[in-house]
Amino acid sequence: MSRYRIAVRITPRRGILDPQGQTVAEALHTLGFASVRDVHVGRHIVVELDAPDRPNAEQSTREMCERLLANPVTEDFEIAHVEAT
Amino acid sequence: MKFGIVTFPGSNCDYDAYRAVIDGLGEEATFLWHKDHDLHQSDVIVLPGGFSYGDYLRPGAIARFSPVMQDVVAFARRGGPVIAICNGFQIACEAGLLPGALLRNASLKFVCEVVQLRVETTDTMFTNRYEHGSVLRIPIAHGDGRYTADSETLNRLESEGRVVFRYMGGPGDADEWWSPNGSMRAIAGIINEEGNVLGMMPHPERVIDPLLGSADGLGLFESVLARITV
Repeated sequence: MSRYRIAVRITPRRGILDPQGQTVAEALHTLGFASVRDVHVGRHIVVELDAPDRPNAEQSTREMCERLLANPVTEDFEIAHVEAT
Repeated sequence: MKFGIVTFPGSNCDYDAYRAVIDGLGEEATFLWHKDHDLHQSDVIVLPGGFSYGDYLRPGAIARFSPVMQDVVAFARRGGPVIAICNGFQIACEAGLLPGALLRNASLKFVCEVVQLRVETTDTMFTNRYEHGSVLRIPIAHGDGRYTADSETLNRLESEGRVVFRYMGGPGDADEWWSPNGSMRAIAGIINEEGNVLGMMPHPERVIDPLLGSADGLGLFESVLARITV
């Protein structure tokens, strides 16, 4: 068994109204960042777990996302980073 | 008839529901603890409003894994009536008892006000005591009430007569749909395919006596009572 630290990125699904993202985009425009086209606000979750190897660690993190961490109706997730600790 | 009202850590409308049943309806009510696998032989289950588990992760995401929810889901699958109000609606969606999801209000603000709610169907065990198309005055109090589903699901809900309540009467035209929270198609309440699970964001249990400003919520409880013989 090794220990892994896995970062998961969860974002609102494209096409679903993201009022938080819109508000942040407007604030950035107000600050003069006129080049900003779109902003999405999601969640970043870091899970530390023990697994026999890296593929196993990633697979069980994916299951965690499907069952609890992300809402399959409205959110997408991706494994953003994996490191052995 | 006995109503079982689930208390999760963070529920805050469980007593309102209890009083609605006891005082408004004159029936029996009991609290169900979230850690127990015991529905106390209830005939109807109420998932009440509140902020179960602090709304951590997403409203309802953690409550759906409470021990009692396994029994509530089994009860619902057997056809047992479930009234899921506000946070209860969010939990029911997360638990897969109802389609769709409830997202952060489009305004990003917590909305606490009395709204006008149109009864879209009286052909349910929860609305048979109302008149079709009647408009109720019922309060809402939520930060995450924006009903969201894909268009296929929305069309199906509409064509099967499963949109039970809609928000009405915005600042402009009183006869128009109007979403105080950005809900798709102004949906305030829906029912499952089998017709025994109702989810709604407004709080009927808070308006069961004219003294409280409206008694328009009582009809919902009376409807269940009228439909179910124990």
